[in-house]
Amino acid sequence: MSADYINQFLFQFYPYITLVVFVVGSALRYDRDQYSWKADSSQLLRKKGMRLGNNLFHIGIIGLLFGHAVGLLTPSWIYHYVITTETKQLIAMSVGGFFGALTFVGMSILIYRRLFDARIRATSKPADIMILLVLYAQLILGLISIFYSAKDLEGNTMTAMGNWAQHIVTFRGGAADFVMQAPLIFKLHLVLGMSLFLLFPFTRLVHVFSGFAAPIKYLWRTGYQIVRKRG
Amino acid sequence: MKIRAQIGKVLNLDKCIGCHTCSVTCKNVWTSRQGVEYAWFNNVETKPGVGYPKRWEDQKVWNGGWERKKNGDITPKMGGKFRLLAKIFANPDLPEIDDYYEPFTFEYERLQKAPEGKHVPTARAHSVLTGKKMDAPEWGPNWEEILGGEFEKRRVDYNFQDIQADIYGQFENTFMMYLPRLCEHCLNPTCIAACPSAAIYKREEDGIVLIDQDKCRGWRMCVSGCPYKKIYFNWQSGKSEKCTFCYPRIEAGEPTVCAETCVGRIRYLGVMLYDADRIKEAASVEDEQDLYQAQCDIFLDPHDPKIIAQAKKDGVPDAWIKAAQNSPVYKMAMEWKVALPLHPEYRTLPMVWYIPPLSPITNAAENGQIEMNGVIPDVSKLRIPVKYLANLLTAGKEEPVINALERMIAMREFMRAKNVEGVKDLKILERVGLDEVTLDDMYQIMALANYEDRFVIPTNHREYSGETPYDSEIAFNTRSSCGFSFGDGCSGDVGKVSLFGSKTHKNTMSGKIEKFSAD
Repeated sequence: MSADYINQFLFQFYPYITLVVFVVGSALRYDRDQYSWKADSSQLLRKKGMRLGNNLFHIGIIGLLFGHAVGLLTPSWIYHYVITTETKQLIAMSVGGFFGALTFVGMSILIYRRLFDARIRATSKPADIMILLVLYAQLILGLISIFYSAKDLEGNTMTAMGNWAQHIVTFRGGAADFVMQAPLIFKLHLVLGMSLFLLFPFTRLVHVFSGFAAPIKYLWRTGYQIVRKRG
Repeated sequence: MKIRAQIGKVLNLDKCIGCHTCSVTCKNVWTSRQGVEYAWFNNVETKPGVGYPKRWEDQKVWNGGWERKKNGDITPKMGGKFRLLAKIFANPDLPEIDDYYEPFTFEYERLQKAPEGKHVPTARAHSVLTGKKMDAPEWGPNWEEILGGEFEKRRVDYNFQDIQADIYGQFENTFMMYLPRLCEHCLNPTCIAACPSAAIYKREEDGIVLIDQDKCRGWRMCVSGCPYKKIYFNWQSGKSEKCTFCYPRIEAGEPTVCAETCVGRIRYLGVMLYDADRIKEAASVEDEQDLYQAQCDIFLDPHDPKIIAQAKKDGVPDAWIKAAQNSPVYKMAMEWKVALPLHPEYRTLPMVWYIPPLSPITNAAENGQIEMNGVIPDVSKLRIPVKYLANLLTAGKEEPVINALERMIAMREFMRAKNVEGVKDLKILERVGLDEVTLDDMYQIMALANYEDRFVIPTNHREYSGETPYDSEIAFNTRSSCGFSFGDGCSGDVGKVSLFGSKTHKNTMSGKIEKFSAD
């Protein structure tokens, strides 16, 4: 199998496979098995490490999620009204680095807790440990990539990633060509990132949807009480 | 005015013998599954004591219930909507399982299968969470059973406020009572208010508060919101669970399992009509000690023709109005004023009420004579301090408790005089403001407590087919539906684990140790 074929597969077709599984899988789970749709908190079993670890992790990773979404999906002709590519590169590195550091500290605490606290370990499902480690690996890849970005202050790789993502979500061919030349670390980060979408519907990650929906619904609710009519 | 009906409950603590039959039957029916081994929708505590989970009554610790702000508005004590959402990643007000107890089972098999040895084989406690041996269980739903444990630990009991508690640590002055506890099915529940997913709701037709297991996302805010700590987080399913008031039984006109099986016949179920438009007003009164009266004020007289007409207009079925007229709960709470709410200061307007227990007159033995207050004994000389009961039932206000206790004493005195001496001593009744007809009814319901007097429960009329406002559902459509199930129960999935990782439920009361480690 040629390197070209692998690149085409991973950066042209794999994104759509993962997105379809992400969307259809999540919809099916919501429809067929909502009883399994939950945040799956283990705070009841062990409080220690939750306040620091879980808050840092969530604040960090939500920052990263929005950072990536805005950074990757905003076309350059739009952000050029406000900032240059070089400035965007610096912002991406610093903001990403900041939230990445928060996430790293938080996750380290949570992983330690999950693996070495007897109660949490014993009551963990294999998928709980797996998803935590995959996220951790993805985070570390992302943090390492900052050093590569520091060598590329003109933001060539960043622009390439943006073009790739924008081509994918707008269903344009030739997306893979943008990232062919990117350093391996970025390619790994992309592949693992897409794989997270693939795993999403089958793990506790589905609570991310609820995490955004619930507060809106909650703040929207008039007053506090809920009475359901029969039938 | 918007009239709604609710099935309320009264527990006559004067007759509770602390046998835990209610807890055990409830456990067998509702929480014999993995993840809720530690949960007792109904448990019986011995008071004074800190209870289960530890110190549940002290909202300085758990921030449950409501708080009245200076502008007269009430918000959950955990915080308004924004503050509450800020706690979603790690909830600082959530008890840890050790505050309840680490669930355990015993290695029963060893008793039969241990090889012959010098010593009698023992069955050690094993944690259900880890499968590992435990040194010893350290807490439980009835840990302070009959004043178990040292007084120093029990005296942190929240109900000792404004009481010189130390003298009750002395053997001569010690006192105790049982407190069976379950979900209060409040009129103003903080659990519902605290749920960001809107999974918890109050049923319009009977007031039962339920958690939609499909909609619950496990944010666990309700556990903190409930000041009675009667919502339990199922650590296996990741969803919160609570007392269902045995709604399938109630719908069929049968009492809850705890009430049905109560050997002391202390539990009563009956319909209460109330004005739903005045809930907030009642829950917001300034002085905590006025909350009991404020709640009484929103209950409506089911004999009043105007109320009956309005209730019909608001869709309360005739059978329910009739049940409200015969409701033992209405009689005890509203007419005789012997039943009182549990901790009204939480501002949740609870609907499981309690008749305070009588206790021996303390210095009767010493003096050889009982101190009298007029024609009945002085209730301030009862072994259980009135203030303690008031802290439990009326936010510290003593008059309603004294009134209830005096009426119960009067009932005994009167019936004793009537049956033993053949005298109708009407002075006793005058003293407590009762007449003979009322007293006969009280005696019938509270002392004899026949089944049909204790439980006046109208059926839910599921069989009706959708002509009245209350029966919008066509019964025919629900025929052959799958009924009570977990998750995707209707699909008949037989696999052990579904594609999305939800486990099938299993009974954990088999005495088998999960994840047994051979250490």
